[in-house]
Amino acid sequence: MQRIDAIRDIARKAGQDDALLVCNIGIPCKELYSVCDTPGNFYMLGSMGLASSIGLGLALSLPRRMIIAIDGDGSVLMNLGSLATIATQAPENYLLVIIDNGSYGSTGDQPTATSKGADLAEIAKGAGNSRVCRTDSHEKLKHILQGNDHGIVVVKVDPGNADVPNISMCPGDIMRRFMAGSYQPSD
Amino acid sequence: MVKPLPVDVTSPEAVYQGMKRAGIDFVVSVPCLNLKEVIPMVDRDPDIIHVPVTREEEGVGVCAGAYMGGKRPAMLMQNSGLGNSVNALASLNQLYGIPLVMIISHRGVEGEPICAQVPMGELTTQLLEILEIPYFIPDSKADAIEKIQVAWKTALEGRRPSAVLLPIPFWR
Repeated sequence: MQRIDAIRDIARKAGQDDALLVCNIGIPCKELYSVCDTPGNFYMLGSMGLASSIGLGLALSLPRRMIIAIDGDGSVLMNLGSLATIATQAPENYLLVIIDNGSYGSTGDQPTATSKGADLAEIAKGAGNSRVCRTDSHEKLKHILQGNDHGIVVVKVDPGNADVPNISMCPGDIMRRFMAGSYQPSD
Repeated sequence: MVKPLPVDVTSPEAVYQGMKRAGIDFVVSVPCLNLKEVIPMVDRDPDIIHVPVTREEEGVGVCAGAYMGGKRPAMLMQNSGLGNSVNALASLNQLYGIPLVMIISHRGVEGEPICAQVPMGELTTQLLEILEIPYFIPDSKADAIEKIQVAWKTALEGRRPSAVLLPIPFWR
């Protein structure tokens, strides 16, 4: 399974559940933009490591809206404390999906620690999160996404980036469009 | 209706009242000894969502999400955490125009007993200036109530982070 396959499934779930979707820096943002661009997508273009934190802030502020964050292994490793904070807050409207390809895919595929044995699902559990799923199967990912509206999912994918265009929106437009929709229709 | 200010307001009460009058309803915190009484006040307030975080940079992200979800966010922190937050303040808040007020216990200045606090203490205002983050230094407890409100207004209207620096003498 490639990362863009997982992103396509996550975007489909976000659409079905009217969820807001925060996406991790770099090529994951471009892949999401290419498979499903909607006002409910927040493309995080900088601040590497903070996608899971932005998602948590949204989830706590909009308790009646489902929030999904797409993060990556390199980014989660940069902000591991976020897993502990998510565990202490444990919002029931927040699903964090960590797509683990074992590499810094946007900077030349340098290996991350997960390619040497670091286990993000175990780290998430050890940080206190009680609902953690893991899979490396595309079919199982679809099943997990159908059955889980909160918690943490770690999905192993192959390294590699899809050949997708750049995001044509400027940060201010991404923000305005996202915020215009973030209170509707559930709030 | 906001209650009138007691004449003998304490420093923690002034910080808390400033946040309340500014309409702050979402607070992340990383502890400092000087914040030890403010943090429980925030935590007890049913109208404030309080999220203790592990590192200030993480807090910048949580606050950005809160703002995007309609909240008025503030971060209670020590000035050492400003150094931990620089990339996020620039490539998240400034890039997208996201307001945030940082209420900062400013260590490493007058009256500091711990030498390790001094280097960042001396760099703090320079860092804020180079980041083009407006900052306010209250000259009294009553002024802190005012300055926190001004700092939030500055952040909101400028769509940017702002800071209130509260040095060691403020807490005495």
